[in-house]
Amino acid sequence: MKILVVDDEEDVKSLFEQKFRREIRSGQFEFSFSFSGEQALSYLADHHSEVVMILSDINMPGMSGIELLKTIRKDHPQAPPQVMMITAYGDSANHDQAMQLGADDFLTKPVNFVELKEKLQQIL
Amino acid sequence: MGYFLVTLFLIQYIRSILQTKAQLPDLDKSLLLIRNIAIALVATFYLSETPDWFSWIWSFFLGGVLYFLFGKEEVKPVRTVLQGIIPYLVLSVIEDVVHLIAPKFYKEYGDYFQIATFFAFALCFVLWFYARKQQKVLLKEREDRLRDEMISKAQKESLEYLVNERTIELTQQKEELQKTIEELKSTQNQLIQSEKMASLGELTAGIAHEIQNPLNFVNNFSEVSVELCQELEEEIDKTEIADADKDYIKGIISDLSQNQQKITHHGKRADSIVKGMLQHSRVSSGEKEPVEINALADEYMRLAYHGLRAKEKEFNSALVTDFDPTIGKVNVLPQDLGRVFLNLFTNAFYAVAEKRRKLTEQGIGADYKPEVKISTKKFDNKLYIRVTDNGTGMPEQVKAKIFQPFFTTKPTGQGTGLGLSMSYDIITSGHGGQLDVETVEGQSTEFRITIPMS
Repeated sequence: MKILVVDDEEDVKSLFEQKFRREIRSGQFEFSFSFSGEQALSYLADHHSEVVMILSDINMPGMSGIELLKTIRKDHPQAPPQVMMITAYGDSANHDQAMQLGADDFLTKPVNFVELKEKLQQIL
Repeated sequence: MGYFLVTLFLIQYIRSILQTKAQLPDLDKSLLLIRNIAIALVATFYLSETPDWFSWIWSFFLGGVLYFLFGKEEVKPVRTVLQGIIPYLVLSVIEDVVHLIAPKFYKEYGDYFQIATFFAFALCFVLWFYARKQQKVLLKEREDRLRDEMISKAQKESLEYLVNERTIELTQQKEELQKTIEELKSTQNQLIQSEKMASLGELTAGIAHEIQNPLNFVNNFSEVSVELCQELEEEIDKTEIADADKDYIKGIISDLSQNQQKITHHGKRADSIVKGMLQHSRVSSGEKEPVEINALADEYMRLAYHGLRAKEKEFNSALVTDFDPTIGKVNVLPQDLGRVFLNLFTNAFYAVAEKRRKLTEQGIGADYKPEVKISTKKFDNKLYIRVTDNGTGMPEQVKAKIFQPFFTTKPTGQGTGLGLSMSYDIITSGHGGQLDVETVEGQSTEFRITIPMS
């Protein structure tokens, strides 16, 4: 299963790679990383059919996670990937907006990786 | 007969003009005596069948009266009238003298004398009328003057009254202004203080947001490093390295793992502080709802008490409640207010526990009875809540800083210094109320919450 992680913090890449090391090695998950909303869109344009799941931060410079979500839902109405939003601000306004725009799930930072792993495995 | 009339009118005239009865009682008595003598004289004159020589007695009498009156200072205003009598008296005396010395001459010219005397007599009355008229004019003038004086006096009095009134008014205004200035000053101080608090609160929340992300990385990476260490240990067992070397490597790995755990532990500590700071910005985000204040206070008092009891088995304190049953439900932010209660009670219990610990160190702990009290009161549409403890109290320099974020007197790791600053925010900006503190070092502390109802 290919998962696209979108976050402006580049260290997220090594963190995910280490956290899901076993799953990556066993081929259960496959991660790709984009460090902005724009980058994520261009990646999706190239690899759309591969990506099953998108994990996106909301607060990013440039295109925000919410805008990214909007664009994805508009451009790819067929075979939509699962989208999970992640934010440091766990307020209800952010949550409601994300869910209304068609997010499948909503996580609050700091991410609980045990919980995230369970969710990912369930989707599989 | 002329003497009598002159005397009688004279007396009457003086009495009426000078108002002797009211103003000069002594003179009045003398005048009445003179009148009575005159009446007695006229009576005697007629009883004694009008002898000629009697006019001598009249002359002496009238002369005496005039002499007496001229001598009186009080009679000065009517002196003209007195002077008018003199020609009559002199003529009468001359007539009598001539009558006595030269009866022949008198017989011949007596008529002239009588005419002269008559004119003098008439003059008396003319003068009298004239003087009376004059007197009336004078009297009127005097009355006018008096009335004017009265009027100006009244005006003066009313002016003085006005001035007095104005002075009192001004004094009152001055006092009110002074009071207002003092109030303004204290309000200004409060404003500066709350402004400081608000900006500190915002700053705190801002800092917290900025710290949260890097801190998450620290925590996540240290956690994953611990996992990596475990895996590394497992992998080493699979290799064919000498056991001594394996142990040495494992030792290093275990140290590394411990270090990562320490990083995680302290990272979590920082995280909880950041969480506390973030709560600052969440104040008053919730909805106000009607809450049974007494029940809320009681609940959190017990919560704080048992929380501390769980950590320190020997801890003990009396819980005193003084609830006003008329309060009922008040519109508040229940979670926020609960947090305030929890903070205040935790601090109160901490203060009594500290005091007991200190006294026990000195060996006099047995007599100390720790007590934490909550009292609520509804008055004048305001809700008053007081949390009192007989614990350690605070010195002035501590009291001045307790509402500042990160100020704490607790040992490192036991308090974030955010509890009271957050409580202050919740009460002031969340509920539009006031949070004050009163403390006596070494004896007691009282926190006072005032929340406007409605």
